[in-house]
Amino acid sequence: MTTLAETVSDSVTITRRNLIKVKRVPDLIVFATLSPIMFVLLFRYVFGSAIPIEGISYAEFLLPGIFAQTVVFGSTITGASLADDQQKGLIDRFRSLPMARSAVLVGRTVADLGLNVITIVVMALTGLVVGWRIHSSVGEALAGFLILLLFAFAISWVMALVGLLVRTPEVVNNASFIVIFPLTFIANTFVPTNNFPTVLKTIADWNPVSAVVQAARQLFGNTAPSLETSNAWPMQHPVPYVLAWVIVLLVVFVPLSVRTYLRTASR
Amino acid sequence: MTNAVVVEGLVKRFGENTALGGVDLTVSEGTVLGLLGPNGAGKTTVVRILSTLLRPDAGRAEVNGLDVVTQGDQVRATIGLTGQYAAVDEYLTGRENLEMVGRLYRLGSKESRLRAGELLERFELTDAANRPAKTYSGGMRRRLDIAASLIARPRVLFLDEPTTGLDPRSRLGMWEFIADLVSDGTTILLTTQYLEEADRLADRMVVIDKGKVIARGTADELKAQVGGERLELTVSSSRQLGAAAEALRPLAQAEPHRDEQTRRLSLPVTGGTETLAEGLRRLAVTDVQVLDIGLRRPDLDDVFLTLTGHAAEESAAEAEEPAAPTAVSAGASR
Ligand SMILES: Nc1ncnc2c1ncn2[C@@H]1O[C@H](COP(=O)(O)OP(=O)(O)OP(=O)(O)O)[C@@H](O)[C@H]1O
Ligand SMILES: [Mg+2]
Repeated sequence: MTTLAETVSDSVTITRRNLIKVKRVPDLIVFATLSPIMFVLLFRYVFGSAIPIEGISYAEFLLPGIFAQTVVFGSTITGASLADDQQKGLIDRFRSLPMARSAVLVGRTVADLGLNVITIVVMALTGLVVGWRIHSSVGEALAGFLILLLFAFAISWVMALVGLLVRTPEVVNNASFIVIFPLTFIANTFVPTNNFPTVLKTIADWNPVSAVVQAARQLFGNTAPSLETSNAWPMQHPVPYVLAWVIVLLVVFVPLSVRTYLRTASR
Repeated sequence: MTNAVVVEGLVKRFGENTALGGVDLTVSEGTVLGLLGPNGAGKTTVVRILSTLLRPDAGRAEVNGLDVVTQGDQVRATIGLTGQYAAVDEYLTGRENLEMVGRLYRLGSKESRLRAGELLERFELTDAANRPAKTYSGGMRRRLDIAASLIARPRVLFLDEPTTGLDPRSRLGMWEFIADLVSDGTTILLTTQYLEEADRLADRMVVIDKGKVIARGTADELKAQVGGERLELTVSSSRQLGAAAEALRPLAQAEPHRDEQTRRLSLPVTGGTETLAEGLRRLAVTDVQVLDIGLRRPDLDDVFLTLTGHAAEESAAEAEEPAAPTAVSAGASR
């Protein structure tokens, strides 16, 4: 039987292995942060002039949205990396070792969480340069970052399953693009949803990404009394709604991914 | 002697395709079993089931007395696996790769470091040890992969085509190393396309084809199945094949086999070198021009061809050195 201590130790070994790659291939982190920086600049200066938000600067409205989109995209790396490991026979190697059965996936998702932490720091610094500010307490601000990262971590486990099933990194990337683009755009990420057509607005209101963004806005103090919030339950209670999603995703996808990992046979 | 590996009635299907149709084999502790077979025979499938990567659809497989399906964890702790394709992390250095695997075998960091150093030395990777494996040649990756499977001194080692892609010098090095492991008491099951390799390393062999065992035994036993020695000669013109066959027929155990294309004549004989000398005398009085003549004992290539009815992987066969005639090779003619 594998003890918890062994599981932790194996997961640490795998996390370390994954982070060495980040160190050896710095382009990875450069590109992971470059596109969000570009997004910040484009939206802030191109759309910012055309999208007036009641009672708050567009930079303050925008940044939590960009954070959310970036970390969700960041978690797709989990799927691509696992597909890559599978292609290169590393999953077979790991599966033939007497290591904890969940360690490869835990080590992967934790390393990708670490990557997301780095990205979010770069984002926040860029945000501060273009006029984004935090108006809440340190505790609330940390809670805001935490909820972003928690959600990304849960999405990582979904992507883990995709990566194990799809088996080629390119396909994982394309597949996740198709899902994650609408997921982060049909939301309150870049613009208020008030003027969305009804169907789209309902989707946006119940979209967990909207709730993540809403929670982050509230926790960073990037809201204004004049800023109208939808009456839908998730928008009124974004934090519990996000936490519920995180729990459900983890409860479903952790065991499912581990089971799939155990059954995977490459080739 | 106890068996380190026991396989009984192993069946594995992939959809419609039956990869293994009831394979039985055993490997005695401390010996080497060579698993031979053409492409797609099911060699890798056997190895993958034994190393717990695949579940069999029927049958039983035990390693060190542990069932590979129900006691997978314990099995994994005592085996080493080198798959058919090198599985090394390209971004990690050679040393990091080995240390990682050592830690995952739960050797502890200190012991992992020590073993990694030893194995890097043994496989002549010390100079490249601190470079990412991405920069390694194919042969270096292969050696690193094998080193990784040895880090925890496994009692049973599975090697799936361990020397494919190695240059002749590295292959010899690998053979010596495998011999060392065996003398230390490691049990090895190796698959190979190189019959010379099986002949040299394996105590016993199992030949499979289309998921079924078609022969088993020691190299000598297998060779005996294919038949005895043959007299083979090449003449200068295919028109002379008839005359040569005529002259040698009294010595042949069966009708001589002619190959017009290669101008070769082959006949089963007994009596060894005396028969060869007699053959030469008989040919001398004809006007047949003999370019090459020799006595040939069957090697495993013949065994393989005879048993499976089709050639081993072409590239593997080509890489093999042509088997030298056992006794004399006389470039004799008049
Ligand atoms: N994952 C898989 N899915 C479907 N079919 C498979 C799978 N793995 C193996 N097979 C099939 O099973 C049969 C046996 O394959 P296996 O890899 O065991 O052969 P092999 O003897 O190792 O061949 P080679 O010498 O080419 O390595 C083949 O017909 C192969 O196509
Ligand atoms: Mg194979």
